Amino acid sequence: MKVRIKFAKEGMMKFIGHLDIMRYFQKAIRRAELPIAYSEGFSPHMILSFAAPLGVGVTSLGEYFDMELTRDMPTEEVRNRLDQEMVEGMRVLSARRVPDGKAGKAMSLVAAADYRVTFREGYGFSDGWKEKVPAFFAQDSILVYRKTKRSEKETDIRPWIYRMEVQGDSLWLQVSAGSVANLKPDLVMEALAAFLGEELSPFACQVQREEVYADVGKDGVRELKPLEALGEVVA
Amino acid sequence: MMRKLALSDEILLSVESPARYIGGEVNSVMKDKKEVDIRFAMCFPDVYEIGMSHLGIQILYHMFNQRPDVWCERVYSPWPDLDARMRQEQIPLFALESQDPIRSFDFLGITIQFEMCYTNILQVLELSGIPLRAAERTEEDPLVIGGGPCVYNPEPIAEFFDLFYIGEGETVYDRLFDVYKACKAAGRSRREFLEEACQIPGIYVPVFYDPEYNEDGTLRSFTANYEKAPAVIEKQVVMDVSHAPYPTAPVVPFIKATQDRVVLEIMRGCIRGCRFCQAGMIYRPTRERDVEELKAWADAMLRSTGYEEISLSSLSSSDYTQLPELINYLMDICQERGVNISLPSLRIDSFSLDVMSKVQDIKKSSLTFAPEAGSQRMRNVINKGLTEEDILEGAGKAFEGGWNKVKLYFMLGLPTETEEDIKGIAHLSEKIAERYYEIPKEQRNGKCQITASSSFFIPKPFTPFQWAPMNRKEEFLEKARIVKAEVRSMLNQKSIRYNYHEADISMLEGVLARGDRRTAQVVLQAYRNGAIFDSWSEYFRPEAWEKAFQETGVDEEFYTVRERSVDELLPWDFINAGVGKKFLIREWEQAKAETVTPNCRRKCAGCGAKCYGGGVCFEGEN
Repeated sequence: MKVRIKFAKEGMMKFIGHLDIMRYFQKAIRRAELPIAYSEGFSPHMILSFAAPLGVGVTSLGEYFDMELTRDMPTEEVRNRLDQEMVEGMRVLSARRVPDGKAGKAMSLVAAADYRVTFREGYGFSDGWKEKVPAFFAQDSILVYRKTKRSEKETDIRPWIYRMEVQGDSLWLQVSAGSVANLKPDLVMEALAAFLGEELSPFACQVQREEVYADVGKDGVRELKPLEALGEVVA
Repeated sequence: MMRKLALSDEILLSVESPARYIGGEVNSVMKDKKEVDIRFAMCFPDVYEIGMSHLGIQILYHMFNQRPDVWCERVYSPWPDLDARMRQEQIPLFALESQDPIRSFDFLGITIQFEMCYTNILQVLELSGIPLRAAERTEEDPLVIGGGPCVYNPEPIAEFFDLFYIGEGETVYDRLFDVYKACKAAGRSRREFLEEACQIPGIYVPVFYDPEYNEDGTLRSFTANYEKAPAVIEKQVVMDVSHAPYPTAPVVPFIKATQDRVVLEIMRGCIRGCRFCQAGMIYRPTRERDVEELKAWADAMLRSTGYEEISLSSLSSSDYTQLPELINYLMDICQERGVNISLPSLRIDSFSLDVMSKVQDIKKSSLTFAPEAGSQRMRNVINKGLTEEDILEGAGKAFEGGWNKVKLYFMLGLPTETEEDIKGIAHLSEKIAERYYEIPKEQRNGKCQITASSSFFIPKPFTPFQWAPMNRKEEFLEKARIVKAEVRSMLNQKSIRYNYHEADISMLEGVLARGDRRTAQVVLQAYRNGAIFDSWSEYFRPEAWEKAFQETGVDEEFYTVRERSVDELLPWDFINAGVGKKFLIREWEQAKAETVTPNCRRKCAGCGAKCYGGGVCFEGEN
């Protein structure tokens, strides 16, 4: 059966890059002795499919990968056995059975993500910035320079910001993610800083991803569902 | 509660591979520092990925942490990018587990695996805020203890250490800790502890010994200046290797280490007696681990780590008597778990070819031979039992089985070497290529690829070649040119590739390997001149060393190209490594007579290691 795992990556684990997290889970799955499916050949490897790579330095409460098990198991048992193998900073939050086949691949489903941006100690905008966020968000267009592989070009990121609000001392964002338009929160923060006329040091913000969504809406109407909600609990 | 890191996010996000500095790996050990009596920082003075690949540290880490009163943590050399930041911002070096400064520890243990890490030892001390010279340390500083193969000649780094542990770590560390604990509880001084410690077998406290030199620069005497310090330091050997501590739950790095797999050490020592090989001498007698024990360890380690690969480790795995049984077991358990088996360089015969064809992709893998010398005469001198016949037969079988890649390892600059011996490297490579092309074209797998590599011979202490002269850099390079030209003149030259090691590094290694206490000032001065990570070609700065030799007036050639007389008092003669001097002299003479000495299993050569009362010396006698 195909299982979708949701996990959290916090604390010092934010320094471990995406490829190493993949290797980390391959080992954790072996330690948990889950009946994982392997590829054929001289060096068989597990088939794990991660939804959206997370940059070094970013924490997350909503990371996903899919894996193929050779037999059916209660999803809570999968979650629990894998969670037992986690180090400090890593938690397995849920396991869900998801439909087989390529259409359901975690990576191709990704359409949006939630982020929380907080300032590291000693950094921040001048007082009163919170009140100006609604005006920033209310703009028709937000033009920023985006570096692509070939050039730097001006892009309007406003259509990719779905929601934006101040929560306590942090800024909460829901933005477009995935293969079509992947908006990094850093870019929004740069635009906000420019809007406020403030300087923003590259180390000012601690970003946390909180959820990753698929778009299940029809006829161009967006309907976001967390990736785990596309799967089912197996008792 | 999450651990607080010693480095800020800002630093960690601006250096390469921050995972090197955060600890928290699977199977790393956390303890409450208030509950332990001894805090031990275990250091491998190189970058994390190299240090984490070392089995010895994992063994001691596991063994020390089994004691409830000891917390052993790890520390590695910060990479130059972080090194610069730490100096700039005056951040003290810290241990990975607790992230506490090394200077607050009771011990800093440094494993010394190769000579080219000596400047990194100074880096670790300096970044920790510990005075580089033991003589300048106070009661506030940790005791700095060294171990590992290089301490069989500790003299070039003696003044940087409070004490050395000579031999295998599994034996007397417990005693050392007990003595330390008692001293600490009684409020004894550093000096008083060292006075006690030097009476434990295997412990060498350099400050209790004074060397004197002759006018020609050779050592005149080496005597203890403290009455309870023993005249001879006895190497420590663990005789029951099957029940010695073994890390069945080794620490698993987040990032890819050089050795990114389960390592199963199947035996210690080597029966072969190659005359250039220090490991083959200092780890005598050969001791095999019980195969049932090894099976259980392999199983436990795969379970506790989740590694996708397992590898066997020893100096000569083909000599392990239970090898077929062990490999068959591993093939069974690995197949069902999707684990790969990485084979060490086994002697190429029907058994190993059969196993290799099962666990590797023949098209991608290559055969490895280590003839070490090109001619049979030269191989007799170095006591390398491998004959041309063996190699051609093994290669032939492999070629018929589908292999077409061969790697050959040689040394240049061996004692008594002639031009014919040197050219022999090309001739042997050519014969192997010819053997390949004897196979009918339609049964061959394209062209064959033979890669011959040569390193430069460096005489090491406690080997029969410890008296031998080393070549000069120019001689080495000239020899490499001869091989290159000879390869080019071979019929099948297009199938042969030849490459050789850097000569600068080898010369320096030669000085440090057989240096004495006076060499320490060169190491210190080179470090002051900016030498660090010398084993990394992108960081090796030969000019920092050249300058250091000039500034200190130490003559490099006194240590390298000079042939020692067997009567000379050598800087490491105060250590008893089991292999006796008489045996080494006999072997040195046998070498010059081009006479082979049979391996330990065929006939005891009377090296002296029988005194340990076990291992291969007593095989079939129980």
